[in-house]
Amino acid sequence: MSASPSTAKRASSLESLFTKLREADRAAFIPFVTAGRPTPAETGEVLDMLAETGADLIELGVPFSDPLADGPTIQAASFRAIRDGIGLPETLRILEAFRARHPTPVVLFSYLNPVLRYGVEPFLRDAAEAGAGGVLLTDLPTGADPELESAFASSPLDLIRLVAPTTPPERVREIASSARGFLYYVSRTGVTGEQAALAEGLEREVAAIRAETTVPVAVGFGISTADQAGVVGRVADGVVVGSAIVDRLEREGVAGTAAFVEELARAVHRAR
Amino acid sequence: MPTIKDPEALSGRFGPYGGRYVPETLVHALDELEAGFREVVADPAFHEELDGLARDYVGRPSPLYAARRLGEAAGGAEVYLKREDLNHTGAHKINNTLGQILLARRMGKERIIAETGAGQHGVATATVCALFGLGCVVYMGEEDMRRQALNVYRMRLLGAEVRGVSSGTRTLKDATNEAIRDWVTNVADTHYIIGSVVGPAPYPEMVRDFQAVIGREAREQILARCGRLPAAVVACVGGGSNAMGIFHAFRDDEETALVGVEAAGEGVDSGRHSATLSAGGRGVLHGSMSYLLQDDHGQVAGAHSVSAGLDYPGVGPEHAHLKDSGRALYATADDREALDAFAALSRLEGIIPALESAHAVAWTLREGAEWAGRGPIVICLSGRGDKDVAEVAELTGDLRNGEPSR
Repeated sequence: MSASPSTAKRASSLESLFTKLREADRAAFIPFVTAGRPTPAETGEVLDMLAETGADLIELGVPFSDPLADGPTIQAASFRAIRDGIGLPETLRILEAFRARHPTPVVLFSYLNPVLRYGVEPFLRDAAEAGAGGVLLTDLPTGADPELESAFASSPLDLIRLVAPTTPPERVREIASSARGFLYYVSRTGVTGEQAALAEGLEREVAAIRAETTVPVAVGFGISTADQAGVVGRVADGVVVGSAIVDRLEREGVAGTAAFVEELARAVHRAR
Repeated sequence: MPTIKDPEALSGRFGPYGGRYVPETLVHALDELEAGFREVVADPAFHEELDGLARDYVGRPSPLYAARRLGEAAGGAEVYLKREDLNHTGAHKINNTLGQILLARRMGKERIIAETGAGQHGVATATVCALFGLGCVVYMGEEDMRRQALNVYRMRLLGAEVRGVSSGTRTLKDATNEAIRDWVTNVADTHYIIGSVVGPAPYPEMVRDFQAVIGREAREQILARCGRLPAAVVACVGGGSNAMGIFHAFRDDEETALVGVEAAGEGVDSGRHSATLSAGGRGVLHGSMSYLLQDDHGQVAGAHSVSAGLDYPGVGPEHAHLKDSGRALYATADDREALDAFAALSRLEGIIPALESAHAVAWTLREGAEWAGRGPIVICLSGRGDKDVAEVAELTGDLRNGEPSR
């Protein structure tokens, strides 16, 4: 592993980003897209479009055959990407090419198995070299695998931890104490996907997490409109929009999605 | 009575395998489930209720039957069948669903969900939900619904809602994904009855303990009958619940070989098989670390077997540990051998086995001569084959002829 202890201690790209945004008193707009969609050749364009229309941070999804935390939209995108041969190695190449064009931080959003198959140490090295700022592993909750988690902790990548509505307060404290980059609050009990209304009590829930930690709190799952993004942008440090963008990309391509992304970004940036 | 002796099981691990690789939303529910499980295994009243239902409703103990004609065909081996096929609902699955629904009731859950492959676990879940008047949703791959239409009808007759799963491989793997998605969404009022020794802790240990009645009975029965322990205990392995159920009581009996038989489908080299332990590598699926059929990208590969219940690319984490430690042996039987064994047991003993169980019978027919002098072989006959008759007749072309070709 190429990371030296001093690298890990330096403020990560994600920490710097949220420090800057806090100073400007605005939330981060964090779009999610699936690598390899709408076509393998176009993912680069998608990332450029996101960076150029106001993304502060991008979540890049690694396609996985068994995405059990995802709803139908991201499942379908993942299955199509896999059919086109897109896995973790290709996702890293897409990221590396993007990094040469844009400085916008990127968090890899993956299930654990592709990372295990790639090899944890090679993954940490190659993901950092490709320019990832962090990694979010859907099926590695805090405390599930101390050995694996310590490998991430000593790497330059921020391992993004999740908090759910079902997480008890004492566990929120435990998760927050080891959090890096930002905490991802899953805003509803369920899988990814669009929804008509935000969960009630979101503001209170985010405030409760905020009380436990100084690490920024981003909110995702089910945020599908500019109005909803604006509401969340008032209370959270970051707003993740996934399925609504993925769905638009699948139906209308890159050009047809740009205006929607711009609208989401504006809503988040003007929320306060 | 389930016992908790293995300190590794308390951490949800079997060697490096097992664990809890799940979305954060489920962590608290698994903590609660684990606490609930620890509480009931220590509660004599729970066991009294479970044992009473096992006796009066399921028909336990299931017989241990000396299969003499099968033994002759298996090279002169002394073969016994542990008749889980005679349980209510026709398979071992009800041992687990009964235990879990009693636990779910104590935990105040009002809704039950399950995944099913062959439909046997779905039927066993629908059955206990009918028994206790709880709502039941069963997820089943559309391909499996086609192969096991009769079980779909059975589940509906029992009052369950069967939801077809059309994503991915449209079999057990994707039905399990969909059941987990449901659980993530409805975790407050819903208990998920996993049907095998797979999934996040505490499921592998809990399902094993509810199935361990098979081995406890078999061990007593063979000792009473033969005055000795068996040379081998043989069971088919998909997820591996009937195998763990019969293995567990024999785990410290060094003279007894534990043999798990996986489905080689069209052949392990064909790429169309379900021989996870024999041909897979380490990985994480459905919440636990175990062996897994996967490609170079870590995408889970589609499994194949003529038997829907073995058609699964993962395997229980305790089996992974038993394989690595050498305590159990894992072999394979392919589709052809399983179909032959299905016919053979029907003709030789008047017992039509489930296609899953036919894999264990096939291993015995193939390897029995090797074991002939060493002592009795106990086969876990995990289920009956009524559900498979139409599919087998179609596969072998016998429906057109009007009679079986062999």
